[in-house]
Amino acid sequence: MPDEPLVLGIETSCDETGVGIVRGHTLLADALASSVEQHARFGGVVPEVASRAHLEAIVPTMRRALDEAKVTLADIDAIAVTAGPGLAGALLVGVAAAKGYALATDKPIYGVNHLAAHVAVDTLEHGPLPEPAIAMLVSGGHSSLLLVDDVTAGVTPLGATIDDAAGEAFDKVARLLGLGFPGGPAIDRLAREGDGAAIPFPRGLTAAKDLAAHRYDFSFSGLKTAVARWVEARQREGTTIPVADVAASFQEAVCDVLTAKAIEACRAHGVDTLVIGGGVAANSRLRALASLRAEKNGIRVRVPRPQLCTDNGAMVAALGSHLVAAGVAPSRLDLPVDSAMPLTVVTA
Amino acid sequence: MLILALDTATPASTAGVAEVTGTDPHVHGLAERRTVDARAHGELLAPQIHATLEEAGVRPRDLAAIVAGVGPGPYTGLRVGLATAASMGQALGIPTYGVCSLDGLGRAAGPGRVLVATDARRREIYYATYVDGRRMSGPEVAKPFSFAGQADRAVGEGAVRYSDILGVPIDEHVLYPPGAALIALAADRILGKADGEVLTPLYLRRPDAVEPAARKTVLP
Ligand SMILES: [Zn+2]
Repeated sequence: MPDEPLVLGIETSCDETGVGIVRGHTLLADALASSVEQHARFGGVVPEVASRAHLEAIVPTMRRALDEAKVTLADIDAIAVTAGPGLAGALLVGVAAAKGYALATDKPIYGVNHLAAHVAVDTLEHGPLPEPAIAMLVSGGHSSLLLVDDVTAGVTPLGATIDDAAGEAFDKVARLLGLGFPGGPAIDRLAREGDGAAIPFPRGLTAAKDLAAHRYDFSFSGLKTAVARWVEARQREGTTIPVADVAASFQEAVCDVLTAKAIEACRAHGVDTLVIGGGVAANSRLRALASLRAEKNGIRVRVPRPQLCTDNGAMVAALGSHLVAAGVAPSRLDLPVDSAMPLTVVTA
Repeated sequence: MLILALDTATPASTAGVAEVTGTDPHVHGLAERRTVDARAHGELLAPQIHATLEEAGVRPRDLAAIVAGVGPGPYTGLRVGLATAASMGQALGIPTYGVCSLDGLGRAAGPGRVLVATDARRREIYYATYVDGRRMSGPEVAKPFSFAGQADRAVGEGAVRYSDILGVPIDEHVLYPPGAALIALAADRILGKADGEVLTPLYLRRPDAVEPAARKTVLP
């Protein structure tokens, strides 16, 4: 439908420069530039390196997105940009660029919440989201369970990690096993050759005493330490490390806790739809285990394709389009970035 | 030709609009606004551009080029100006030209031997020296030291801050790069309709990032 608004989305909260374009809820373009290789030797994202890369990438990435969508900036009806949470210096590059585009084209700008965008992107692939729904967002920067009543108005946080994010645990264990950065894809690949039941690694915050205060929270720091202890003990004995079994057993421990708590949240809230987003949603074991457990409980699992799970511009455009459709007022030109933007804020 | 200038290389967020004509060349300032807050370029710059254009009676689509101060300056603020200038230039389909922000101060300082110094944080300055507005050395970043005998006066907020060390009189009237001076420095390129350039910040320092040392063991 040509009458539907053409919305641009800009994402620069971490190490990916993303520009997405949607018409209504149809994805027209999703261009991405990543600085991940520049961070690899540091074992994690270096904020200043990421910010420098965003400034270099923003204009060329925009050009690619416009070419892909076969539109011009003059055709755009609204501009959405991630205003938080994320790395402050990185967010500032995207927000400054978005303001420049808005000033030049005299179009409204929406500063949006990155996590709500991770939820909204699924509508590009699977259509309108039945609300309320439960969303689980798992990446190198966040691990959250959310109750989504209305993605344009605010989401209710149910729980989050109390230490490392799930993706961070993958990175740290991958480093321990000498698999490089980022760790998620490497562990996923190696785990396919291993036995997930080989080593009984701990499941954080699942004991009865922890559930009282942390029913929907996660903890991956103890798991990471347990893996390190197990590996070091064998190194001292001089025995060969069964790397594939360690990877599979670690991955199983993470996916077991994540899916168990997500399904429990659905049951407790009488919700029959679970949306999973964030880079860790690309993990094959997480997808399989979530589907298996959801099916047993009559819950539908929605996971966007991997390119839409990791950080991208399309997710920001998708949320922007929902905000335009809902008649939400745009942000002002003095829109700040908020590196710790709370989930209750969808548009700043 | 109507030109917009932006600079965020110092605690100031500056937006200026001027008309450049091919006599001499001549730069006629129409409006210029500045707010000083080292931590708020991201919030202040865009509304200021909007207000400056309105005051000058210029619509964005009337602009022929954008001139941006490319630093050196503290990175986070500097990038705000360059990202805004680059995206406006792309959306309007007009060239963007980069000018060293210290040159803007050097030009505004007028004749004589002048030291330009801005605050580089970490108890360092960004600096360059000028004779009659032409850069003779720099830009560089260093701990402040004495310029006695090398310059007759110093300008820039960094010079005020370290006046006791620099050893030359301070001219406190010239603290931040004026937009009109940046436009004047790019006037030949503007009038010659030179190709625009990708706005590349003068960082002068590498990112602080250390490769991780060997992992610590968890077993005692
Ligand atoms: Zn994310």
